[in-house]
Amino acid sequence: MNLANLFKIALKALANNKMRCFLTMLGIIIGVASVITMLAIGQGSKQSIREQISEMGSNMIMIMPGTDVRGGVRQSAEDMQTLKPVDYESIRENAPHVVGVSPNVSSAGQYVNGNNNYPSQINGVSPDYLDIRKLTVEDGSIFTERDIKSAAKVCVIGTTIAEELFPNGESPVGKVIRFNKIPLTVVGVLKSKGYNSMGQDQDDIVLAPYTTVMKRVLAIDYIQGILASATTEEHTPQAIDEITEVLRTNHKLKETDNDDFTIHSQQELSSMLSSTSDMMTTLLACIAGISLLVGGIGIMNIMYVSVTERTREIGLRMSIGAKGRDILAQFLIESVIISITGGVIGVICGCTAALVVKGILHWPISIQAYSVILSFVVCTFTGVFFGWYPAKKASNLDPIEALRYE
Amino acid sequence: MAKEIIKLDNLRRYFKVGNEEVHALRGVSFTIHEGDFVTIMGTSGSGKSTLLNILGCLDTPTSGEYYLDGIPVRTMGKNDRAALRNRKIGFVFQNYNLLPKTTALENVELPLLYNSKVSARERIKRATEALVQVGLHDRMMHKSNQMSGGQQQRVAIARALVNDPVLILADEATGNLDTRTSYSILVLFQELHKKGRTIIFVTHNPELAQFSSRNIVLRDGKIVSDTLNTNIKSAQEVYDSLPVEND
Repeated sequence: MNLANLFKIALKALANNKMRCFLTMLGIIIGVASVITMLAIGQGSKQSIREQISEMGSNMIMIMPGTDVRGGVRQSAEDMQTLKPVDYESIRENAPHVVGVSPNVSSAGQYVNGNNNYPSQINGVSPDYLDIRKLTVEDGSIFTERDIKSAAKVCVIGTTIAEELFPNGESPVGKVIRFNKIPLTVVGVLKSKGYNSMGQDQDDIVLAPYTTVMKRVLAIDYIQGILASATTEEHTPQAIDEITEVLRTNHKLKETDNDDFTIHSQQELSSMLSSTSDMMTTLLACIAGISLLVGGIGIMNIMYVSVTERTREIGLRMSIGAKGRDILAQFLIESVIISITGGVIGVICGCTAALVVKGILHWPISIQAYSVILSFVVCTFTGVFFGWYPAKKASNLDPIEALRYE
Repeated sequence: MAKEIIKLDNLRRYFKVGNEEVHALRGVSFTIHEGDFVTIMGTSGSGKSTLLNILGCLDTPTSGEYYLDGIPVRTMGKNDRAALRNRKIGFVFQNYNLLPKTTALENVELPLLYNSKVSARERIKRATEALVQVGLHDRMMHKSNQMSGGQQQRVAIARALVNDPVLILADEATGNLDTRTSYSILVLFQELHKKGRTIIFVTHNPELAQFSSRNIVLRDGKIVSDTLNTNIKSAQEVYDSLPVEND
């Protein structure tokens, strides 16, 4: 008995019962379609969360001076003077998993340009700051290392500042604005980033060389914090270890001493959010999996009824020379054809449904190749698994009794 | 002497029903040669169904030997017997047993589908030839439920012929048909007999004995008579003498 003949027989038997065949498939179609749609929605929302976090800089590392108790009073981190510009330079040279590093010193004040003024902050940073915070200069350019060495009176401003100080729409680049009493030449305007998820205006920002802020604005010789970025989000822990190592060496801390600085990363936030959406995905996949299981039981049910209903046909086939394994193969092939065809239709329906959800509800959707492959494997398995018992029953029939069955 | 197609030697078949043992066949022996048209008769309970099942290799005897075309069947396994049925035997049933919603041609092809040695082209060729033999060359693409009882039985006979069997086993093949159609089927069997086919016709209708070349009568699991019929009645003549029903 060759396989082509068995397929012919099975297809013929299915064609004789098109309606029943379709209804059986429906279970599988709904199962597979829901697996694909649910996973697409789950993965889509996970990806969109990841993207939002990486907008904020998911590989960002924040280094702050450690707090300490002096005379019973806990000091605020900004007043601690443990971080120096030399720490920033050491991190830049000695931490291989750190790609960008920038000091951060800031001060609040009033910006003035002619009749217009606006209260904001000034951030003393290095050019790496742009990469770390995912900022880009739209007009002009960022200040240079040379500006940092010379503590040049230059700045890069965000669009909110630009609009407040230059309401007539002229380009601020090359103009001189004043921060408190200090004149600063605008060398660049940042591209607008809008509001972040916390509702903060990310364009209300002014960047200046950190040396300028330290010497000309605050008159201090320490820095308030350091921002760094790891090569990738996954390498953040290594980068943190390297920074810790560098800072402990620089600060000449003994083995037993506690760190006099603290390091934060965005990773906790990121992993928390993605674990939430992972849970959602698992939940959705479970629901979808159950419907696939129900579809499979539907196949078993129908195949079982079909075996009983076709007892005489089985008897006839056996009497004209079908072996038990031919009957087994025929019924297995029938159930596998039902489940795989159902699977194909289900994949098409699932993808369509996912695209419809994307088109109408504007939900983030990501159709997963693995979910398509998985559904297929599960479908075939379902067909074989749930078809096996009825097929085995059919193949074990006694031809004499089967022929006489009423 | 013609070739021995069937040789039964002291065949016995017992069934266990509850605690009792039922003796369906109690020592049956006979030989059937190539070209014989044998009717096996008996009332219900005579063991003819059991004998038919054993002759058709659907069942095996409890003791005794059965040789089909020289092959000992008693010791064969299920699968080997299935293959043997496929190659050596053609069944014709009382209720035709055609596949529903399936064309005559596809029904006739069926036994060849279970024989992997037959190619698709040869399968169609042989099925067509078999249908021509039973006079259904113009009904090949008709579905089984679109045909009359007589036509369905002809399809069943074509299906029994398609694998070129050494033996055709008919089980009450005319039992479901009216008299006129019954005779037309008998005519077909007689034609096949003339062409040299070996036919065993199991029936409880004593009339049919006169159309065969040999008649075996069973009672209570034993042969009570085994007679050769030298004066075979022509089914065609009876058929022609029947009034054509047109009311």
